[in-house]
Amino acid sequence: MAYDLKMRVWRGDADGGDLTDYTVEVSEGEVVLDALHRLQATQTGDLAIRWNCKAGKCGSCSAEINGRPRLMCMTRLSDFEPAETITVTPMRTFPVIRDLVTDVSFNYEKAKELPYAELGPRDADGKRRMMQVDVERGQEFRKCIECYLCQDVCHVVRDHEDNKQHFAGPRFFIRYAELDMHPLDTHDRRRLAQDAAGLGMCNITKCCTEVCPEGIHITDNGIIPMKERVVDRKYDPLVWLGNKIGLRNKDDDGRTEV
Amino acid sequence: MTGNEMSPEARGGMERHAYDVVVIGAGGAGLRAAIAAHEAGARTAVVCKSLLGKAHTVMAEGGAAAALGNRWPEDSWQVHFRDTMRGGKMLNNWRMAQLHAQEAPERVLELEDWGALFDRTEDGLISQRDFGGHKYARLAHVGDRTGLELIRTLQQRTVQLGVDVFMECTVTEVLKEGGRVAGAFGYWRETGRFITFEAPSVILATGGIGKSYKVTSNSWEYTGDGHALALRAGASLINMEFVQFHPTGMVWPPSVKGLLVTESVRGDGGILRNSEGKRFMFDYIPDFFRAETADTEEEADAWYEDKKNNRRPPELLPRDEVARAINSEIKAGRGSPHGGIFLDIASRRDADYIRKRLPSMYHQFKELADVDITAEPMEIGPTCHYVMGGVEVDPDTQQSAVAGLYAAGEVSGGMHGSNRLGGNSLSDLLVFGKRAGEAAAAHATSGPRPAVDEADVKAAQADALAPFEVEGGENPYTIQHDLQQSMNDLVGIIRTASELEASLAALEQLKQRAAGMVVEGHRQYNPGWHLALDLHNMLLVSECIARAALARQESRGGHTRDDFPGPDPEWGAKNLVLSLDATGAGVDIAEKPLPAMPDELKQLFEDK
Repeated sequence: MAYDLKMRVWRGDADGGDLTDYTVEVSEGEVVLDALHRLQATQTGDLAIRWNCKAGKCGSCSAEINGRPRLMCMTRLSDFEPAETITVTPMRTFPVIRDLVTDVSFNYEKAKELPYAELGPRDADGKRRMMQVDVERGQEFRKCIECYLCQDVCHVVRDHEDNKQHFAGPRFFIRYAELDMHPLDTHDRRRLAQDAAGLGMCNITKCCTEVCPEGIHITDNGIIPMKERVVDRKYDPLVWLGNKIGLRNKDDDGRTEV
Repeated sequence: MTGNEMSPEARGGMERHAYDVVVIGAGGAGLRAAIAAHEAGARTAVVCKSLLGKAHTVMAEGGAAAALGNRWPEDSWQVHFRDTMRGGKMLNNWRMAQLHAQEAPERVLELEDWGALFDRTEDGLISQRDFGGHKYARLAHVGDRTGLELIRTLQQRTVQLGVDVFMECTVTEVLKEGGRVAGAFGYWRETGRFITFEAPSVILATGGIGKSYKVTSNSWEYTGDGHALALRAGASLINMEFVQFHPTGMVWPPSVKGLLVTESVRGDGGILRNSEGKRFMFDYIPDFFRAETADTEEEADAWYEDKKNNRRPPELLPRDEVARAINSEIKAGRGSPHGGIFLDIASRRDADYIRKRLPSMYHQFKELADVDITAEPMEIGPTCHYVMGGVEVDPDTQQSAVAGLYAAGEVSGGMHGSNRLGGNSLSDLLVFGKRAGEAAAAHATSGPRPAVDEADVKAAQADALAPFEVEGGENPYTIQHDLQQSMNDLVGIIRTASELEASLAALEQLKQRAAGMVVEGHRQYNPGWHLALDLHNMLLVSECIARAALARQESRGGHTRDDFPGPDPEWGAKNLVLSLDATGAGVDIAEKPLPAMPDELKQLFEDK
């Protein structure tokens, strides 16, 4: 069943731009990205869109649809009334390059500052052993498709350019959490997470979790446990006392602080 | 280097860089090659059309095949080698298949050293799952998102090592000095500004060609860039007639038609039924695989638990066999409401198991088709997925006929013969990515550096700007659409001489139309312009496929001729080699005997 969809699409570049109205024919089962592709093929060949897999697996086509950060390829037109106008704008937290394409290099710069996995030696037979239940905690975070919608929605950086320098953002906090929960990893990065990545600036409003297209419990399973571990190390008087008298949490045993 | 920094000279100027090794493509093969080249001491750059971490490898679902023996200690490289060769109907380059089977386990374990978190066995080892054509459960996996794990691990390793990555940057020409590579020329997609790399070694890791087909599991990037770059640089392609149609792509809704449904659904117990409810694969067991395939439902179902006393279910035959069977059922009028076939795991496994083993599939069908795969069957049909053919390379070094030009992963040819087994792609790109990276680094640091010829750079620049010079020409999107329709209709799963001849005529017309393409707007992030440039590659590579398909008068693996229905032993002994013709606008085709397999390997096919 085809119908004419009204769309408002932000067109412009770093110097500024505007919402432009279009009407485009769409049909049953289509997603927002299909409608934009049809616009591109039939009305405005130079409309800039970033996309790849069109299956919610690569995290390229992030944008704001009616103001909400979403993947264009996973937003079905059937979620809207046929008469409703769908407005598509670029992610607000990142500088616009052109139309719906933003400069997400902030994330790649932060990725360079990140620590990496550092495992001990393999077992004698050349293999490694980890239990499924232990790898599952980290696997949740490795589902991340790096769409950066969590970074986009995070109010610490969304309207506060100055904070970007000191704040890695939810995507990278779960990378810290993942490494921290890796059963065979040997580094202790709690100080790095707090100081270099700005974990303390997050005040757990859970906006990131809400927009995650992979349904990762970014706040509950990643950021909060990471904050607790940082606090354990830094401030807890009981932990301090425990350390003194040899009674302590052994979670970070065998890890070297970096 | 992100490619996202705005340049003040966006509309003009030329950026220059010098490296030892330039890798084109940032999927699994490209990143593994870059890591290897960097570790060998070469100054290395990766150039990719998309952002880092978005390449097509991310779409791989099932796993990486490696004879780790974690589930079945009986498994070994010899068995994996044998399965691979038989899956490819013996047309594979035996040496590549051997190296692949031997080295895949270590390449997978290495990923774990770098932080990958694979699913585990009860003993804590890397878990391995069943897949079509593999005798033992052999695929290391992470649910059904193994490709994401693989690319993220390699991406994080690449960043950790400090390899330079040029993102959203497209290479349009390989530059040469005499007979050897001197560098590469391209443009930043963001600004349209040109960029020249001076490098004695270039590794092509650009993936496949699937975007030339209408129904495909491949993304916009899959335009055969590396295949075309190699041809224009003077290298040759082999096995281009062999295109893999994955048996299970989504068929509905139209917007996701072709989207991949992982083979793991069948590996984990899913079966195929037609509209009459019949489990039809038992009717399609070819003689070649009869001895090792179950012929009753009881035996097939028992195999999942007891592999010693039962044979494999026919749903797990190699992909070419299953795709043809599905195609026949649909053609015979026994298809599903949306023109597919039913893939059913809901009635075979409990909901928790399905959600745990196939989380992406559950999500994909729920979100995009309103189908709960734990409660109802999926509708699926064949989709263009992979090209077995590619750049003809030396099996040990991955070097093409051009000194300094290497190819690894899907863009290279030979490894998979006429049909690739599922799971062999992720292991292929790890094994040969590493080999290419090491060989390219060694080549780059031996001997004097070649110089880029300025005239070649000027010519490449003029070619890239040509679509802006035309007035009143055609829109590239329309030409692409017509190409996809033509390849789908005339060079699809089942082929005949008359249709292939018609496709070649259609390609000539499309080439003419492409010569007069026009793009609107300017050079800054202009998808119309990008497509116009990619289209030349798509047309050249499509011609290779059609020409080779017309020449090979037999049916084998991913090439089925209605007019030559069976395999022919004479054709089984030779490859078709394609090279650029004298005009530079078309291709020449030649026959070449397969390299002879040594006797000790031949033996593996005699004693079972």
